[in-house]
Amino acid sequence: MTSRPNASPQRAWDTGRQSREQRLTAAGRYARGKLVAPDDATSLLEAVIRPGDRICLEGDNQKQADFLARCLAAVDPNTVRDLHIVQSGLVLAEHLDLFEAGIARRLDFSYSGPQGAALARALNAGKIELGAIHTYLELFSRYFVDLTPHVALTVARCADRDGNLYMGPNTEDSPVVIEATAFKQGIVIAQVNELVDKVPRVDVPGDRVDFVVVAPETFYVEPLFTRDPAQITETQILTGMLAIRGIYEEYGVRRLNHGIGFNTAAIELLLPTYAERLGLKGRIATHFALNPHPTLIPAIETGWVQQVHSFGSEVGMDAYMRARPDIFFTGRDGSMASNRMYCQAAGLYATDLFIGSTLQIDLQGNSSTVTRDRIAGFGGAPNMGSDPHGRRHASEAWLKAGREAAGEQQQLPRGRKLVVQIVETFGDKLVPTFVEQLDSVQLAETLHLDLPPVMIYGDDVTHIVTEEGIANLLLCRTAYEREQAIRGVAGYTPVGRARDHRVVEDLRARKVIRRPEDLGIDPLDTHRSLLAAHSVKELMHWSGNLYDPPSKFRNW
Amino acid sequence: MVIIKLQYAPGRPAEGHARSAIVGVVASGNLEVLLERTLPETECSVEIATPVHGYDEVWQAVVADFVERASPGGLRISINDGGARPDTVALRLMQGVRMMEGAQ
Repeated sequence: MTSRPNASPQRAWDTGRQSREQRLTAAGRYARGKLVAPDDATSLLEAVIRPGDRICLEGDNQKQADFLARCLAAVDPNTVRDLHIVQSGLVLAEHLDLFEAGIARRLDFSYSGPQGAALARALNAGKIELGAIHTYLELFSRYFVDLTPHVALTVARCADRDGNLYMGPNTEDSPVVIEATAFKQGIVIAQVNELVDKVPRVDVPGDRVDFVVVAPETFYVEPLFTRDPAQITETQILTGMLAIRGIYEEYGVRRLNHGIGFNTAAIELLLPTYAERLGLKGRIATHFALNPHPTLIPAIETGWVQQVHSFGSEVGMDAYMRARPDIFFTGRDGSMASNRMYCQAAGLYATDLFIGSTLQIDLQGNSSTVTRDRIAGFGGAPNMGSDPHGRRHASEAWLKAGREAAGEQQQLPRGRKLVVQIVETFGDKLVPTFVEQLDSVQLAETLHLDLPPVMIYGDDVTHIVTEEGIANLLLCRTAYEREQAIRGVAGYTPVGRARDHRVVEDLRARKVIRRPEDLGIDPLDTHRSLLAAHSVKELMHWSGNLYDPPSKFRNW
Repeated sequence: MVIIKLQYAPGRPAEGHARSAIVGVVASGNLEVLLERTLPETECSVEIATPVHGYDEVWQAVVADFVERASPGGLRISINDGGARPDTVALRLMQGVRMMEGAQ
């Protein structure tokens, strides 16, 4: 017989399961089967949540379990307190109310967007113990290691009586949240818009869902990815042309992710016009890890884009995506299916280029969207805007970038992800984009954070595009060259004007810096007429009226 | 409103034969540039009307770089900037000299 000297024969191995059974028993009086009446939802939460629990209250990038958020904010703080909130999006006012009331104390998250200023105030006031601001994949990964939720509050379009959930195009974070919670003996509660006999598609199987509440109102979805072409400036068009000519064409980039700014919206609208004229169709921008941006519609309709996998969805795009199953991923029911964890992994490992905008870039190329009084957190940029050292498949674009980075030093062939920051040298109100030091460094000191929040680290950035030109950081051989390459595209900002003109001209001669005229770009072309669509209405027309823009974008 | 007047002696006359050109529109974040071929070929004058105070140095840098790049000899240039950013000003000036070449 095997000797087990340190094994404890008395130990119970199912304390999690026992805790779950106790919670379910306490909740029993509020439920009929899995169904809980909306008026009982707050009592249900008080019955199943214990002080100090880790809670995921989705809280995604787009969709919000807003009814359950209001219910959680209404619990008795003497019963439910000191919660540890572990969710990607801290987006609603109710999310912060939890901390104000003492219901929640500790926070691990990714993105705060509209609550960035309120979050900074709450941190300053000592209302929140902040664990970390994560990238999406990082937070989702920790759900399986040390941040597994005890209770997950999710949101779906509809449910059946067995708890099967249909989420439609906004599946987003839910599968990973629910799998981690359910398989570690946690409790899963879903708010739904309606109860149906049979769901159109099972996005989450019912045996992972404990309770279903039909909310009094349909859940909120933020239209985050709609960029009105009418707002795109000629400077943004110029930066888009530079990126197409100097990067997409140069490297033959076919698989990519775009940020959500106006510069990349301009690129999407230049594919069927400017890039078409350059003869690049089929050679660049064919496969995207991308939310369904309305500004991508003209490029889809003209056959530029062959495939799109999405993190989430976008308000108004449902019918269009349903009608384009060759382009989008759709379920057997016909509606689009998204998944933030899969798409983030796809954007990290299976694309050759990330391109996005930012608010600040320092002299090493580090970028941040944090300003002195706002903690916006991270979107998808840090995962996709990083060079994955676990990648082992080659592509032309990846190998070329790797060769440029290695120069004469190359021993083994290795590739590099193209990570591009595309900005205008000045932001709103003449605030310079290029700075000596990121505001996030000061903020980290003030708030005693272990790490200054950096969206993309300078050593991952390969190119910076501004209206002044492109800086190719792969070709820089010293820290000084790198700094001068950044100064050399920083325009008339103080950082740009402090350049060493002789070094910058030398970098241009070596094609480390390329100006619009070096790439054959005529300033007269940088005109709004070059965009494939000039308004949201024209995007709708491009879609054959399948795209149904949200009311705030309808001005006709 | 601040008025900034700058004088240059470019090495070459501006290309083309157009007598005058106007680019841009005065609106939020945009600007209007009027170019007229009325000066001797070795001269260039730039007059800027801007509502934004304290950016004289930036303006001088933007215009000096433009004169260096485009060599707009003979041109009298008037800029009504409407609070535009330097990147927009630089782009409009380059568009202006292209118009004077008779490109459009």
